[in-house]
Amino acid sequence: MDMTPIIVNVSGLLLIVFVAWFFWGPKKGGYKATFTPSGYQEAEIIVKGGYTPHIVVVKKGKPVKFQFIRKEENSCSEMVVFPEFNKSAVLPVGEKVTVEFLPKESGEYSFQCQMGMYRGKVVVQD
Amino acid sequence: MEGDKYISSTHNKNHHHDQHHHHDHHHAHHQEKHSCHHESNTFSSSSIHLNTSHQTQEGEKHENDEQLYRKLMKKWWFAGILSVPIILVSYPDFFPIIRNLLPMGSSQLWFSRLLMAVAALIVMIYSGSQFFIGAWEGLKQRSANMHTLIAIGISAAWIYSVVALLWPDLFPDPSMAEVYYDVSTVVTALVVLGMAMEEKAKGKSSEAIKRLIGLQPKTARVLKDGVETEIPVSQIQIGDIVVVRPGEKIPVDGIILDGSSAVDESMLTGESLPVQKVQGDEVFGGTMNKTGSFTFQVTKSPDDTALSNIINMVKQAQGSRIPVQRIVDKVSAIFTPSVIILAIIGYLIWFNFGPSPSSMYALIVLVTTLIIACPCALGMATPMSLTTGIGKGAENGILIRSGEALQIAQKLTTIVLDKTGTITMGKPSLTDVIPVGSLKEKKLIYFAATLEQGSEHPLAGAILEAAKEKNILLGKTENFEAIPGHGVQGWIDDHHVLFGNLKLMKKGNIATEAYIQHAERLADEGKTPMFLAIDGKPEGVISVADTVKQDSLEAITAMKNIGLEVIMVTGDNERTARAIAKKVGITNVISDVLPQNKAEIVRKLQAAGKKVAMVGDGINDAPALTQADIGMAIGTGTDVAIEASDITLVKGSLKSVVQAIQISRATMRNVYQNLIGAFIYNALGIPIALGALYPLTGSLLSPLVAAAAMAFSSVTVVANANRLKRFKPKEV
Repeated sequence: MDMTPIIVNVSGLLLIVFVAWFFWGPKKGGYKATFTPSGYQEAEIIVKGGYTPHIVVVKKGKPVKFQFIRKEENSCSEMVVFPEFNKSAVLPVGEKVTVEFLPKESGEYSFQCQMGMYRGKVVVQD
Repeated sequence: MEGDKYISSTHNKNHHHDQHHHHDHHHAHHQEKHSCHHESNTFSSSSIHLNTSHQTQEGEKHENDEQLYRKLMKKWWFAGILSVPIILVSYPDFFPIIRNLLPMGSSQLWFSRLLMAVAALIVMIYSGSQFFIGAWEGLKQRSANMHTLIAIGISAAWIYSVVALLWPDLFPDPSMAEVYYDVSTVVTALVVLGMAMEEKAKGKSSEAIKRLIGLQPKTARVLKDGVETEIPVSQIQIGDIVVVRPGEKIPVDGIILDGSSAVDESMLTGESLPVQKVQGDEVFGGTMNKTGSFTFQVTKSPDDTALSNIINMVKQAQGSRIPVQRIVDKVSAIFTPSVIILAIIGYLIWFNFGPSPSSMYALIVLVTTLIIACPCALGMATPMSLTTGIGKGAENGILIRSGEALQIAQKLTTIVLDKTGTITMGKPSLTDVIPVGSLKEKKLIYFAATLEQGSEHPLAGAILEAAKEKNILLGKTENFEAIPGHGVQGWIDDHHVLFGNLKLMKKGNIATEAYIQHAERLADEGKTPMFLAIDGKPEGVISVADTVKQDSLEAITAMKNIGLEVIMVTGDNERTARAIAKKVGITNVISDVLPQNKAEIVRKLQAAGKKVAMVGDGINDAPALTQADIGMAIGTGTDVAIEASDITLVKGSLKSVVQAIQISRATMRNVYQNLIGAFIYNALGIPIALGALYPLTGSLLSPLVAAAAMAFSSVTVVANANRLKRFKPKEV
């Protein structure tokens, strides 16, 4: 008996499960922003194929400073948008761009590229 | 919005360069910003930008865009040229010469296929590198994007072909051992070409901001110790004295110290006629000095000029989100992985149930599905249109603060107009001069204006202005006296002159019969009549009124024509209010309204289910502007910092209200076209790629056609958004 169809079908189904888990499955927790002497909570975010780290955990009520560095030419990522704040910043390739804000209430706020392909999350904790 | 005020962005040079291109000439600016940034621990509500930083950033971005475009074009040519022989060999049936040269099963054919494998690999590595890099970077983040789809698609085709070429025995049927190197190369070529065209077109959507930035001069001549020195605008400091010659641009905002000139301020105010400026008048950076020379003292730092504020505001707005995007975001978040899963399902279906050779059909379905799906069309649709729409507004003197304002403006049903300063000029001017005695009009103005020279009453200004306009030389007043609540009196050229209201006339025992009839008519017209008596005899009636702006009637008619309900609110009494409303064709008038009650009126209209725009001057009307669905502040470009407004109309004309709504409607129409287009494209394209049409046509969609469609779809979206650039708000 020819095993090929069975192998193909089984691996196809496994692949589907893997794809779903890989892209949609639970992702590991975030990066905790570090406190600087000046009282900011800072995080450096590399923009390359996505945001690294893509989840940043910050404390409520303390000013936050994100420094984005775009390390790719792909024009999709040339802008980072914070929709909840209705603010954005252009990210020229290779430059450090600082975005500051003060999280007043706990919750989850997103940041993303203009097209919504790259996504990150700010988790504001009490 | 939470934390809204506390977000700001600055640009610092990344000190550890990891990019191959250097911008050393910009370095100085960035250094400066870097240091000034570190000193500031406070949160500013506005972005920190130096004047030149706009130019630098925009210049760099443009450079990057150009570089990227050229790189993509090179990749396209490389892939395109190599595709030609690969297609020739791949379709021998269409090219008999090739078929004769490389007959089926010959070693020449096998060998040329091996060459194709190598060539296709080179194309994928050189022209397709961004797909693999983008896919890999995404996979590291456990996310998928357009690159992921293309990378899987072209490599699946290539790997299948290599296996078919080297180990044909692995396939149960020799007919399955086909090669698809043309798919890898042609798809790469077409998608890269599409990306290049997109890049080109995207640059165009931000032209408006480039034009605004282009208004800023780069250098200024500063007077230091009596010596003129040319310095970069970024180094100008508050208090510096700047010299401007005819035909030069004014570098920053300031106040004229010496000299006079006509200045073209159309870029800020939309007013096409040059404005006469003398000592003590304000001048604005980016405006054009026409006729004279002058020096002025700098009052605003280069990053805080009116123009700078406009640029920042437009930039922020262009980067904001349209609420409708929230739905798009939800779709695009699951789009790419879903397509991968669909492609695998499609593969399995065709593999199990497809006609023979089923693994070939299955492969084509897999590759075509991955390639035809275009998340880009979906994602690009709104940002592109938004950028163009906001830019279009800025070009027309309409500053739209956010994507949200842009979306709401198209749904407006009701426009509430403040009277003073919105429909009218906002300051009184002379309207009627009626002689009732022996003196002529000019003489009446002469006496009234001469007497009023010493008065501080607001109505006095209107009369002095009129005298100036009519070139009437004023005389001298002796024994001037202002009688509060009555008027003024004094001696001019040995005549005793009384000028004021009826009470003053009665007090001076002047016969008022000659005045009464005129007075009542003027009051009915919403004007304020004043009376002039000389040496105890009635001589004339002079009235002033806040006059209606020249184009208010046209603008209000246009509002009604596009189906809007127009309401006027004012603190004036009903008689005055009705008189003005009648002139501009408004029937719906709410008079005697205290400023703080305007917001309440807006709230009531909203409660009745109306989408309300409040148009006002932005200072007294702030609560109503905030309460309204859209607050439109009418002003000039010089006070864009009107925080309460969603839309600022810098031209000070009500026509801009209609134009703003037209721009909003056109932009949102464009957004919906793009979204619906992108949706239909994917909704049709993906099932067709999966083989939905096979029962009808007996063939599958070629991956090559899919690649062309995908490239074409994203170019179409970009092109449609660019169509907005040609949109001109109708003259109303």
